[in-house]
Amino acid sequence: MEAHIRVNNLNVNYTSEHQALKGINVTIPKHQITVIIGPSGCGKTTLLKSLDRLLDLTDGVSISGEVLLDGVNIYAPDIDVTAVRKKAGLLPQRPFPLPMSIYDNVAYGMRIHNMRKGKDLDRAVQHYLELAGLWDEVKDRLHGPAVRLSVGQQQRLCLARGLAVEPEIILGDEPTSALDPLSAQHIEKRLLELKQDYTVVLVTHILRQAKRLADYVIFMYLGEVVECGPAHEVFENPRQERTRAYLQGLF
Amino acid sequence: MKKRLNRQTLEEAIFKGLAGGAFLIMAAALFFILVTVLVKGLPALNWQMLTQVPTAGYYVGKEGGILNAILGSLYLAAGGTLLALLLSLPIALYLEVYARGTRWANMVRLSMDVLWGIPSIVYGAFGFTLMLALGMRASLLGGIITLALVELPIMTRAMDEVIRLIPFELKEVSYALGSTRLETAMKVVFRQMLPGIVTAMLLAFGRGIGDAASVLFTAGYTDRVPTSLLRPVASLPLAVFFQLGTPYPEVQQRAYAAALILTLIIMFVSLGSRWIAGRLSQNVIK
Amino acid sequence: MCSEVLAVAYSPFLSWAMLMKQKTTQKDVCYTMRCHKERWGGRLFFFATVMPVALVLIIFVALLLRTRPILEAKSISELLLGQVWLPFQGEFGFFPFIMGTLWVTAVALILAVPLCLLSAIYLSEYSRPSTVALMKPVLDLLAGIPSVVYGVWGMLAVVPAVQKFIAPLLGKWLGSISLFSSDNPTGFSILSGGIVLAVMVAPVIISVAYEVMRTVPFGMREASLAVGATQWQTIRYVVMPQAMPGIVAAVVLGLSRAMGETMAVLMVVGNVANKLPRSIFDPAYPLPALIANNYGEMMSIPLYDAALMGAALVLMLVVVIFNVISALILRQILRRSGQ
Repeated sequence: MEAHIRVNNLNVNYTSEHQALKGINVTIPKHQITVIIGPSGCGKTTLLKSLDRLLDLTDGVSISGEVLLDGVNIYAPDIDVTAVRKKAGLLPQRPFPLPMSIYDNVAYGMRIHNMRKGKDLDRAVQHYLELAGLWDEVKDRLHGPAVRLSVGQQQRLCLARGLAVEPEIILGDEPTSALDPLSAQHIEKRLLELKQDYTVVLVTHILRQAKRLADYVIFMYLGEVVECGPAHEVFENPRQERTRAYLQGLF
Repeated sequence: MKKRLNRQTLEEAIFKGLAGGAFLIMAAALFFILVTVLVKGLPALNWQMLTQVPTAGYYVGKEGGILNAILGSLYLAAGGTLLALLLSLPIALYLEVYARGTRWANMVRLSMDVLWGIPSIVYGAFGFTLMLALGMRASLLGGIITLALVELPIMTRAMDEVIRLIPFELKEVSYALGSTRLETAMKVVFRQMLPGIVTAMLLAFGRGIGDAASVLFTAGYTDRVPTSLLRPVASLPLAVFFQLGTPYPEVQQRAYAAALILTLIIMFVSLGSRWIAGRLSQNVIK
Repeated sequence: MCSEVLAVAYSPFLSWAMLMKQKTTQKDVCYTMRCHKERWGGRLFFFATVMPVALVLIIFVALLLRTRPILEAKSISELLLGQVWLPFQGEFGFFPFIMGTLWVTAVALILAVPLCLLSAIYLSEYSRPSTVALMKPVLDLLAGIPSVVYGVWGMLAVVPAVQKFIAPLLGKWLGSISLFSSDNPTGFSILSGGIVLAVMVAPVIISVAYEVMRTVPFGMREASLAVGATQWQTIRYVVMPQAMPGIVAAVVLGLSRAMGETMAVLMVVGNVANKLPRSIFDPAYPLPALIANNYGEMMSIPLYDAALMGAALVLMLVVVIFNVISALILRQILRRSGQ
């Protein structure tokens, strides 16, 4: 197993009295689906967002420790934050299409980073919409507003938008929680296909979804990592009592 | 992933600097106003200014104070606020309880927006026209009516914003107990929006006491303390304006002091409304 | 949209019709006291709402009636485009005053809009929460400070600054451009009026623009930043387009405030009649100042009062048009954002 992200002794404080993450040490394998599970409020989303430096945007947050992405600490002072964020695509809990057309949503990141122009851009937009499984549904209205899409379509649009900046990692923060079962299935299928080329990190509170998707599992409780390891080990043979209790639905 | 100097980072730095700079300029200008009024007004402010009316030679620099204007302004603004409250409270309640989401409610809101934008000098001209038609002279009553018109849209809009935040379930509960709409409005909605009403009143009071253009036509000016609704009455903004217009430095000094008094009243009202809103909202269901 | 504007114009008829409708729909008879109370309470409240709708029309009609004598004596174009104002000789040309209003408002907006929008962006996107917590009460307070106080500040600080520094310096550098050259040595000028107005409308524009930008959901910013956009790019391509209608409304709000402002401008703008301004250092005589300065003598000269009421009417119409547009825009956004 090749490590892609390594988190070393990461601590996150939102306010002085409340510590969100305490001394996290985990390794996230390359080109696999890693699922973070745990009861709500245990710091799953915080850990996920710390991998993309999206925590910086929260007011009054303090972070210590390091997150190594391919061996480079993304919290080092001489790091360009936008370059870090470009390396990971985010699927939020609720899809947020940007206030522009479907085409411009996908092209947004590529334009920002001056990656493609003209015909090349058109082809790229089509490619990523196909990759997200949305092309057939929107090819006739590419220049219509993105907000007109259904929520399920919007989430796939967000996926296409994230993929378009050629990231190595896809971060999903309960990406199916706002979707109907069919759209959720759609997204899950995409993620399973995408893990060939991408490292996927997923937060979910649905155990069955975790079992369906996970290659590697991180179980968190009250801001700490209780147990992590390959999915079959954690699910079938948990080492910790708390993990066992959670898996049996005792929380 | 190392930091590099490229167009993006440069652009970010420039615009962040511009935004910060603009903010500093505006903040400095706004604080500068408060400081100017304080520095110029404080030396001229004394007990006599607050407790006496102008004497015969006041406007050439002799003894006296501006008690007439202070009292006059308080009477005008208080009267205008009460009159405006009488109208705006039923309007706000009607819009929320009786006509929620109807075309009529939209139209009332639109005309409130229109009234909100009409300059106070136009209200002054209208009030003057109204008084001519009624055969009235410039008086406390005329000033109060005109100020009530100026304050009406301010107060209604402030109340409307508070009332719209009231959860629908709260009214539902009241209806479910068999209350009529009137009872719901008076006993449930009214109580829930009480802090909002007080803040709206203070906001309107502050606007009313500072408004010069509308009372210029309708309230007149006098050196005496107001005693009757039908007599002319002095007001602080006009006291500032008239005293600044004289060529005597002593009198101009007093204008600065009057401006400071006016500012202090506004500051008091502004802080008071925050405090009261905080206190009264304890019983409000969030 | 149009129908709403029309509806305001016909409001008294409409409100009567609606009252009639209310009566006919309540066919069931009232037996209890509570029921009667409910019914009469509703009617009373309804009549209160007729008041604002009718008031718009009443103000308009009242001013129109008072203006009629001069409208009968002179043509509208003669009044609006006439350049001479000599009440004793019966000459009433509004053009210089209208231009004065426009000049001062334009200067105020050119100064205020960029600074205010950048300040709002700073407060909403860049600053720490403690800065916002400090500035909010200050902005609220300053939005409530009377215009006379702004006028006092203008006379004490702005007019001398314009007279001693800004006018000589700009005159030296850019004097060849007529916009910046003037022989007015007093400092009481369009620029002074514009600066005072800009500072006066700033708290309003900043607060409204800030609130509008805060309504843009955080997730939308996050979505943009997550693909590696810088903060400025996020503001430029995501926050601003989403907030744009509201920002326009905020600016129009400031604009109508500036146009109608009387005292603060009156005290610093110079008030020289019969002269079309050509430079920002020229004095001007805006419409509100004209009304406020001459109300005392207006009953003693024929047609003078009608002319001043006409000035009030013109002012009202201009401001109302701007306001209705901005109100409709704002309502449109609120509807779109689903509130």
